Amino acid sequence: MNPQNKTHSELAEKFNRDVERVNWHDKTLWFVREKRDKAAHQIAEWEKLREAASQIKNNVLGNLHEYLLEFEKNALNHGIHVHWASSAQEHNEIVHSIIKKHGVNHMVKSKSMLTEECGLNEYLYKQGIEVVDTDLGERIVQLAKEPPSHIVLPCIHWKKEEIGELFHQYLGTPKGNADPQFLTAAARVHLREHFLTSRVALTGVNFAVAETGEIIVCTNEGNADLGVQLAGVHIASMGIEKIIPRRKHLSVFLRLLARSATGQPITTYSSHFQKPREGQEMHIVLVDNGRSERLASDDFRNALKCIRCGACFNTCPVYKRSGGHSYHTAVAGPIGSILAPGFDMAKNADLPFASTLCGSCTNVCPVKIDIHDQLYKWRQVLVKNGHTTASKKTGMNVMSKVLSHPMVYRFSGAVGRWVLRTMPFMANNKFNPWFKQREMPKASTQSFRSWYLNQRKHEQ
Amino acid sequence: MSSREKILAAVKKNQPAMVELPALNFAGDASIDLKAQFIKILTGIGGSVIEVNEIKKVADYIKSTFPEPARIINTTTNLNFESEILNLPDEQAGLKSDLHDFSNVTVAIMKGEFGVAENGAIWLTDANMVDQALPYICEHLVLIINKNSIVPTLHEAYEKIGTCPYTLGTFLAGPSKTADIEQSLVLGAHGSKSLIVFLVP
Repeated sequence: MNPQNKTHSELAEKFNRDVERVNWHDKTLWFVREKRDKAAHQIAEWEKLREAASQIKNNVLGNLHEYLLEFEKNALNHGIHVHWASSAQEHNEIVHSIIKKHGVNHMVKSKSMLTEECGLNEYLYKQGIEVVDTDLGERIVQLAKEPPSHIVLPCIHWKKEEIGELFHQYLGTPKGNADPQFLTAAARVHLREHFLTSRVALTGVNFAVAETGEIIVCTNEGNADLGVQLAGVHIASMGIEKIIPRRKHLSVFLRLLARSATGQPITTYSSHFQKPREGQEMHIVLVDNGRSERLASDDFRNALKCIRCGACFNTCPVYKRSGGHSYHTAVAGPIGSILAPGFDMAKNADLPFASTLCGSCTNVCPVKIDIHDQLYKWRQVLVKNGHTTASKKTGMNVMSKVLSHPMVYRFSGAVGRWVLRTMPFMANNKFNPWFKQREMPKASTQSFRSWYLNQRKHEQ
Repeated sequence: MSSREKILAAVKKNQPAMVELPALNFAGDASIDLKAQFIKILTGIGGSVIEVNEIKKVADYIKSTFPEPARIINTTTNLNFESEILNLPDEQAGLKSDLHDFSNVTVAIMKGEFGVAENGAIWLTDANMVDQALPYICEHLVLIINKNSIVPTLHEAYEKIGTCPYTLGTFLAGPSKTADIEQSLVLGAHGSKSLIVFLVP
């Protein structure tokens, strides 16, 4: 996913070279954020719902062991095969063994961020099994050999003309046709063929109910349902944190999910799978992959409450202007930046710094995860563990010396203003990271301190 | 130690102190016109709603809207619909030898259990579908619900559903859609291209 081991800021710099595209990306996501606001404001009890969702998830985290057992028991009673995977590797092996048992080399898959986290597609490809992503956005990035750049809107970084070109190349649509209606129709025909011929279908899981042993999968396209209902084998992959206690709690989460994600009152399909269809085989793979370990952390366990709506992406000033691929991880954006260091601190040490800490993510989160607080706390953990760059460390050391010595602070302020006024090229050059994609401010002749002292004198 | 035991042991050891579940005191506003809200929301998300005063009109509408050679499958019993009535074999529904039989269905007609005013969704289960692929594979889906069955919010909806078992239960709200290409809304992604809901007495 990130072969060159580039940091968020290096990748964002690349994304920022095309100013027009960045502005377009920014605006498109803000449009989705506005739709979310409109939908939320129509529900008088919205804040009460967020609070309830947060409390239900808190209860889940404190009782997860019992809920997992209850869920497993009920699912087994319904004839579902339940598997447990400690790691991404084990998850992939389990899925592969099910496919192999049925002697096929082709599978349709609806959206599942967990399988992105586990690198399932690449793993199966190496075993000679073709996975066809059936969500339109996911199919587009799959044809382009890219990971999704957004968990809800996988190809939000693609322009329709580019998709037209991609479809011309892979699906044989006429060159130059970039009409979304036409391209969607072409994808419908192309994927219908895969639905009709695939004997195994894999889906993600939005919620799993302990009380009833059922799983809930939400889509707008109907691709999860079509895949499952036309296949003899249904595999559902889920993180262990997806459990909720009772069926009635779905009312809270389904009211919040689509409104937070896209501003829709509900997704087109909210399917509750409780038993395999007559003659069908159903498997659920429960995946840990670091989740049980995170459960022990007072500071970071709350991230496990996430319902993957993507609202924090759409509101984040850094995400909107740096693009999903700058995060070099399966889940990008603010939530991804607090999840990723938990998987691999060294590899993702840059991500908690890809934020202004403005707190907008926390304000829109439907389950009230303290995202910006966790970003701040991760920075401290990363520094303590030595995962900061030398330049940042030197800079911080200089800053701390300057800020703790008032005389030095005043002197350096005066020097800085003088330099910016008389020799702007000293700051406006490529060696100054603050100059990238920015104009440096005009420096005042006066410091705030001298202005303030002057004002006081006038008042007296 | 198996992965199951390992995961469960780690979860047990690491899970924080349990906090109580919140009470769900969310009563929808029963004073609003539920039917009007349901129609407004479902129309807003691309569905069509038609209110009829007698059930016979449903068949009339479908026949005139989808003329021959449309393949129409009716899974309801009270429609008096002389076109192709889904004649499922005696063996269990859903276990059809070839599910792909339905790939050329123009219209599928089924009964919905009830509607939800706040989001325009209709609840139905496998019992209403006869075959579980049908509501997703047909080109146009027709759902028939009682006009007095509409509840205000999902809270009342789940109260109604309770813990009753099913193979598949679903809230279906509008035609299949996507906005994956530049946020342009397109109806008819993979599932039905249109949804027509009849409100019947």
